[in-house]
Amino acid sequence: MKRFLPLAIFLVLAVFLAVGLQLNPREVPSPLIDKPAPAFRLPQLQEPARNLGLDDMKGKVWLLNVWASWCVACLDEHPVMVEYSKRNVLPIYGLNYKDKREDALAWLGKHGNPYTVSIQDADGRVGIDYGVYGVPETYLIDGNGVIRYKRIGPVTPEIFEQKILPLARKLQG
Amino acid sequence: MKIALFILALLLSATAVAREAVPESADPVLEKRVVKLTSDLRCLVCQNQSLADSHADLAIDLKNQVRAQMLEGKSDAEIRDYMVARYGDFVLYDPPFKARTVLLWAGPFVLMVIGLGGLAIYLRGRRSRVDAGEQLTPADRARAEKMLRGEPGGEA
Repeated sequence: MKRFLPLAIFLVLAVFLAVGLQLNPREVPSPLIDKPAPAFRLPQLQEPARNLGLDDMKGKVWLLNVWASWCVACLDEHPVMVEYSKRNVLPIYGLNYKDKREDALAWLGKHGNPYTVSIQDADGRVGIDYGVYGVPETYLIDGNGVIRYKRIGPVTPEIFEQKILPLARKLQG
Repeated sequence: MKIALFILALLLSATAVAREAVPESADPVLEKRVVKLTSDLRCLVCQNQSLADSHADLAIDLKNQVRAQMLEGKSDAEIRDYMVARYGDFVLYDPPFKARTVLLWAGPFVLMVIGLGGLAIYLRGRRSRVDAGEQLTPADRARAEKMLRGEPGGEA
């Protein structure tokens, strides 16, 4: 019994460390899941004279993708958004976070525009309301304006296929 | 002369540092409140720094938020709630005690109790072995003394 004590302690430590290594400290559980999405009304990127607010989205299940032209990881994710926007499975709206309008438009021109509409959050206030701290971030919002899913970091095809789409289909009923 | 120049340079550099530390609003009392509150809030971009210490873009925005809300007359508790509503308890360096954080708060004490319990069991076991008459025989004692003196015949 005594002889195996060091081995037992080692195993317990190894299990704890192994679990710890699997955790991603950047994925902070959002307190916003299953809560009403924070209200906003922001100018549209393409037509700044028009705006878009959360209440305009009532009754729709939609994806809010936070992006910026200065964000390197957004470029990784972008082809996924473009691909799924072509399939017309889920409307994708963009929140252009702390970006310059010219830069954002040029970026969309160069890499394609998957967004039904992008809105400009130039000072990042709406981003703060949504708890954004690492772009890209993606929110699935249901017809009642409740946040159902949040992804911090790039959305991969697997995440879109296995997490976002099944949940969106369920919400769309 | 060189030393005088050196000292002059040192003095100038000190003023340069001092200039960097000028608070962003003119009210030193408010600025102290901002620093005190943001020292207890975690910067989410650089997670081992507080908002007060961090120069990340988001941290600066959030500090401005804190300052703006204080100017609007909000209390520290209200501002802390505002941050928790957006980023969760994770932003607090001093998270509240609740079901999710039980392990965090109680864990060290549980480990201490386990450790003290183990120690108590071990000590009791040792004492009962001594009480049970497990004592040094004269032969063992002689061997041990030889070992201590470093004489041959003590080994094995």
